[in-house]
Amino acid sequence: MSPDDPILLEVDNLQVSFATPRGTLHAVQGVSLALEQGKTLGIVGESGSGKTVLSRAIMGLLPRHSATQTGSVRYRGQEILNAPDDELRKLWGTQIAMVFQDPMTSLNPVLRIGQQITEPLKLHLKLGRHEAKETAISLLTQVGIPSPQERFNAYPGQLSGGMRQRVIIAIALACAPRLLMADEPTTGLDVTVQAQILDLLTTLRFRRQMAMILVTHDLGVVATRTDEIIVMYAGNVVERAPTNVLFSRMKMPYTEALLRSMPRIANPSHTRLHAIEGRPPDLIAPPAGCPFAPRCPYAQDKCRNEKPPLVLSDDPGHSYACWFPLNTPASTKVTVPS
Amino acid sequence: MSLLSVDDLHVSFTKGHSTVQAVAGVSFDLSAGETLGLVGESGCGKSTTGRAIIQMEKATSGTITFDNTELTALGRSELRNVRTKVQMIFQDPVSSLNPRRCISDIVAEPLNIWKIGTPAERRATVDTMLESVGIDPKVAGGRRPREFSGGQCQRISIARALVLQPKLLVCDEVVSALDVSVQAQILNLLEDLKAAHDLTVLFIAHDLAVVKNVSDRVAVMYLGRLCEIAPADTLYEAPAHHYTAALLSSAVEPDPEATRTPVILAGEPPSPINPPSGCRFRTRCPRAEERCARDVPQLREIAPGHQVACHFPIGS
Repeated sequence: MSPDDPILLEVDNLQVSFATPRGTLHAVQGVSLALEQGKTLGIVGESGSGKTVLSRAIMGLLPRHSATQTGSVRYRGQEILNAPDDELRKLWGTQIAMVFQDPMTSLNPVLRIGQQITEPLKLHLKLGRHEAKETAISLLTQVGIPSPQERFNAYPGQLSGGMRQRVIIAIALACAPRLLMADEPTTGLDVTVQAQILDLLTTLRFRRQMAMILVTHDLGVVATRTDEIIVMYAGNVVERAPTNVLFSRMKMPYTEALLRSMPRIANPSHTRLHAIEGRPPDLIAPPAGCPFAPRCPYAQDKCRNEKPPLVLSDDPGHSYACWFPLNTPASTKVTVPS
Repeated sequence: MSLLSVDDLHVSFTKGHSTVQAVAGVSFDLSAGETLGLVGESGCGKSTTGRAIIQMEKATSGTITFDNTELTALGRSELRNVRTKVQMIFQDPVSSLNPRRCISDIVAEPLNIWKIGTPAERRATVDTMLESVGIDPKVAGGRRPREFSGGQCQRISIARALVLQPKLLVCDEVVSALDVSVQAQILNLLEDLKAAHDLTVLFIAHDLAVVKNVSDRVAVMYLGRLCEIAPADTLYEAPAHHYTAALLSSAVEPDPEATRTPVILAGEPPSPINPPSGCRFRTRCPRAEERCARDVPQLREIAPGHQVACHFPIGS
């Protein structure tokens, strides 16, 4: 491929399953996506929707002996699904980097911060000791750590959760990757710290023209910070759209239900929430039809028997998997239960 | 008539030479039938306040009056009697249930301890309670907690807390471990049960939208002190404390059109071991002046029912 090709990452019909004592668990059931250079993609879903497994499969971090992965993941045209570790190691850090959910456990507690930031710089960029230290301190400054000279020698345990997440972001950005995967980067942090970290990621991403995949359970986190959103449910992509289109003209009842079940600051207190009854299906024995049918207020017989494919809507870049999409004046549409 | 009255509550923890003032002079009243939301970031003392109310932490000073009884002075046996009237639900629904016992036994335990009714009556009460939280006692009563999801375990915890018909329920981050769709189920359930059982609720959480949804009034806490108390809708519409305003500006809303007011709060809360003099928020406050370092701002009423602890409240 030419270096001008705008497509950075392409995932095609990715399936991931795990062998468990109860049977095969289908965690990701045929996901396709494409990400252009410099764009931000949000992946939204509840626990068990497959969003974390998807992001780890893209990174090549799933254990080979227990996870079966088929389909294709191409980074700048190169197939990286099931690629050998030494090939992936050339990509990790310099091309793709990842920020994990838990800032408390993703740093090595017995190594100083400085050592953990300079490690990739020495390894990948072959920087000398002094150069690496200078770069590391500049990175710590960029992610907003006060007195970076002193922090360079601190241990992770001496920093708060927000500070640790900043350090992790600094490590991820050290070798100037083109793609940053952020898996729930602010879950477990306080609201004011969450806002700081999200603003930091947005600024750095823009400044470095880096693409980002933001994986989260919170529609609020992705609403103002992504170009495009993928909604996952029970291992499937159920809707995919540019961010504005998703919020204004959603087609999939699950997206609507997820949004309506969130309490909103804009609503008066004691506003009754629209809860989604029931729980997601068992991924060892997924339902034959639409995975959301058992909880969907609009479900009909067809939904329970036939799995809907991802189809395009009238809006460019918008697709959904539903037999009876919302906001569609079709004759088949049933009346909306309130 | 207030059911619960907390006056100048202090809770300190000492380790070695350092003392953490987790709660440093908190006062509020809770009327019967009311839900008071208590919000703040981690380490602000909101959970310690809740635990001090049910006497799980000892108050260093101050009084807690519940139903005309002063709790901090009570002996062990008197306190046991009060505990039937005050119950608490915790954040982690799975670890707060005994994994070895079936859920009917877990919910029946308070009744067995207090020997309320005959065994047959107890079984009937437990069944009714489980049904009211949406769990079928005939199908699920004999199962153990690990066979249930997080949301269902939280329903079981709620059933156990309500089986003695308490007057006051302290909820500490009860939905923060749950998925949004399940969170909505539990919040709706709490609203229904509150009406059905005439409960008074202290709802402790960090999520501003969740707190607004369930609360009649909301109190905001920062570093061991209350910043502001107001009716829920007033507090979110016209916050008077600079910390409340900063918290609200940090909240993310699921709306791409939402106008984002810039986050004015920099840095992180100071250590409660060595809190700032005067107003504890002054080190991060955009409006702080010399006076804020000198005088501790007291809670004062700026509108009916709206109290703020700030020398220079917003809109004054």
